[in-house]
Amino acid sequence: MRAPAILFLLYCSLSIASARDSCMTCHSAMEEGTKGPTTLIKNDVHISHGLSCADCHGGDRASDDPSVAMSKAKGFKGKPARTAIPKFCASCHANPDIMRKFAPSERVDQYELYQTSVHGKRLAAGDANVATCIDCHSVHDIRAVKDALSPVHPLHVAETCARCHSDKVKMAPYKIPTNQFDEYRTSVHWEAMTKRGDLSAPSCASCHGNHGAKPPQVESVAAVCGTCHVTFQALYEKSVHKAIFSGRAPSGLGGGGCIVCHSNHGIHQPSTAMLVGPNAVCSECHEAGSAPAQTAAQMAAWIDGLDRALKQSETVLARAEEYGMEVSEAQVRLLDGREDLVKARLALHAIDPGEMRKPIDAGMAVAKETLADGQAALREKDFRRWGLAVSVILIGIAILAIRFLLRRIETNGNSEVRGPQQGPL
Amino acid sequence: MTEKTHLPATQPKNKALDWLDERTGWRMVRDLADHKVVPMHAGTAWYYFGGITLFLFGIQVITGVLLLLYYRPSVAEAFDSVRFIMTRVQFGWLIRSIHSWSANLLILAAFVHMFSVVFTHAYRRPRELTWLTGIALLGLMLGFGFSGYLLPWNQISYFATKVGTDVAASVPIAGPSVARFLRGGEDVGAATLTRFFAFHVMILPLITFGLVGLHLLLVQFHGMSTPSGISPSQLAHMKFFPNFFLRELVVWYGVLAVLGTLAAIFPWELGQKADPFASAPAGIRPEWYFLAQFYTLKLIPSHVWFFEGELLGLLGFGLLAAGWVALPFWAAGRNGEHRDRLVAGAGVFLICYLATFTILGYVK
Repeated sequence: MRAPAILFLLYCSLSIASARDSCMTCHSAMEEGTKGPTTLIKNDVHISHGLSCADCHGGDRASDDPSVAMSKAKGFKGKPARTAIPKFCASCHANPDIMRKFAPSERVDQYELYQTSVHGKRLAAGDANVATCIDCHSVHDIRAVKDALSPVHPLHVAETCARCHSDKVKMAPYKIPTNQFDEYRTSVHWEAMTKRGDLSAPSCASCHGNHGAKPPQVESVAAVCGTCHVTFQALYEKSVHKAIFSGRAPSGLGGGGCIVCHSNHGIHQPSTAMLVGPNAVCSECHEAGSAPAQTAAQMAAWIDGLDRALKQSETVLARAEEYGMEVSEAQVRLLDGREDLVKARLALHAIDPGEMRKPIDAGMAVAKETLADGQAALREKDFRRWGLAVSVILIGIAILAIRFLLRRIETNGNSEVRGPQQGPL
Repeated sequence: MTEKTHLPATQPKNKALDWLDERTGWRMVRDLADHKVVPMHAGTAWYYFGGITLFLFGIQVITGVLLLLYYRPSVAEAFDSVRFIMTRVQFGWLIRSIHSWSANLLILAAFVHMFSVVFTHAYRRPRELTWLTGIALLGLMLGFGFSGYLLPWNQISYFATKVGTDVAASVPIAGPSVARFLRGGEDVGAATLTRFFAFHVMILPLITFGLVGLHLLLVQFHGMSTPSGISPSQLAHMKFFPNFFLRELVVWYGVLAVLGTLAAIFPWELGQKADPFASAPAGIRPEWYFLAQFYTLKLIPSHVWFFEGELLGLLGFGLLAAGWVALPFWAAGRNGEHRDRLVAGAGVFLICYLATFTILGYVK
């Protein structure tokens, strides 16, 4: 009888000991400032997976004695040096066997990539100021990337990079500009990300990579943009600009690919003002009146013409719709026209007027057809109103005729009958 | 042969009509029309509303049959066929708009007719059955409205039907079975559309035709009711035909003008094709004649004491409807005395409730 009782007590005491975390118990009892990460760690993704301080820092969390809990004999590593942090995290994150237990779909090549990055290379060279894991992911309150509060969630990546890259003092030794974030915030990509909530819109890491972060080289800019803008890239590859902007042309005009016209971080909504007019990017290379400048002007005129025609159709159809006319088919057709306009803008990148003429012609046909539909709907509206007026007049005449007939009947003495009303059948 | 005819001796003989009368006795109907009279008093105008309701029902039948020539009752084709009617069929837009506007005016006219009967106390003995058939017809009109609303298979109608059948499903015991029967399955879908089509063009019309016939027969049998406190013998009467009929015709022409104006200036919207996977459109609400009940259910807390709020609301509506249907039976006391003030009070209360909650349902 005694043996089972002793075994039970032993089991209970072992269970209590295993559930106890002396790191949390002691550090949370400390004064503000020396409390360390105990408050932050509550939101940490590692804690939610059942890990604790000792799983990273080593030591014995079961011991109440600090000299035992934080003894080297118990494997206590303490706070790692900044230069050791990537390797410190990689001890688990580069180990597929460990990662499989907690996040099987998670990649395990982050450390490898980091070592190829500018940050990793400089860190290896002894520069402790470059970004390590904790500078982007935070420390002790590390959240999953998909967590909207994580500094590396798509919505926050640019701000996280900007913490260092917009800091003039920090960037001064590296002689790199600090205006990237300001420019990015004026771009269509930022607008798509923050105003439309499109998390697939590019931010810093989309072009520069995340763990293997490095600036794309001139030759690879078009390839970087082309990862999303696939068709634009395909047409650009066919254009005369490809050889010139990749820096391989004998003219020696240098390179830059897409960014020559669109810039890099501050990419704005393109318009035909980029082709003609005082701010035209074409005019930076092509003199006014030259054949290429004329081609650019011609293409701009086509695009503007189609845009105007589609807007006119849109306005007429909207007016018809306001009058309650059923024009949804034409409105859906108009979307085809809008698509042709996009295709025309796309075809522009081949710098081939012949390539562009096809969608322009198709779009103009749609604009013409839908305009005719809208105008027909407005004419139909007028016809209905006239029809209504005529019908109301005819109804009025009929009413007057009946009144006249009634008066005639009733003046002939057939107006009323006295006596009980009609009874049962 | 002449013994069987109803031709008055003074009337000139017409061989063809005589032949027809001998075989059908049609002159009996004419004689009935000749003898039918309508009491003349301050409230005579209320008599027109029964006729207006009947006229609008006739328009519904005609325009409905015309729509049937092109409408296709399937999920894949319903919306496109209605759009085809609206855009490609000659005057299709007019037929559909008149059908939709007329449906709404019909329900409005039926409500006015019902309340005129209440306030003139025309439900009294011996007209209890006339009242009951009238109330049943009003219910059928609401059924037409509910079933017809889904037929264009657009976004609003799809989600309104979902909400409507969900309300039916929340009734205890029979509710889920009723909802499953209406939907033809667990959710609103292809089976619901074909079912609603069958209700709208076959089942409801068959019942309605029968009830309209019975209602008119009862009206004819009892004659027109006179306001309480006035003996029919004290009143002057006008002949139904042609005097009252021509006046009614003027009113019908007026209604036709209103219908035409509404259809031409505010053609009935088609909206967007129903997409069961899309989220419900913002501010979705039923047609105006269900709005008061819908808004009331929204106002009731989810739980009232031990009861589920929606269930309590439905129970309240059920009791209210049952009480209203039974009006002729509680409107008279055991000794035959009339509870006119109670009935008038109930009528005013119901009008105030319906008007206020319908307006609030639109505004909120």
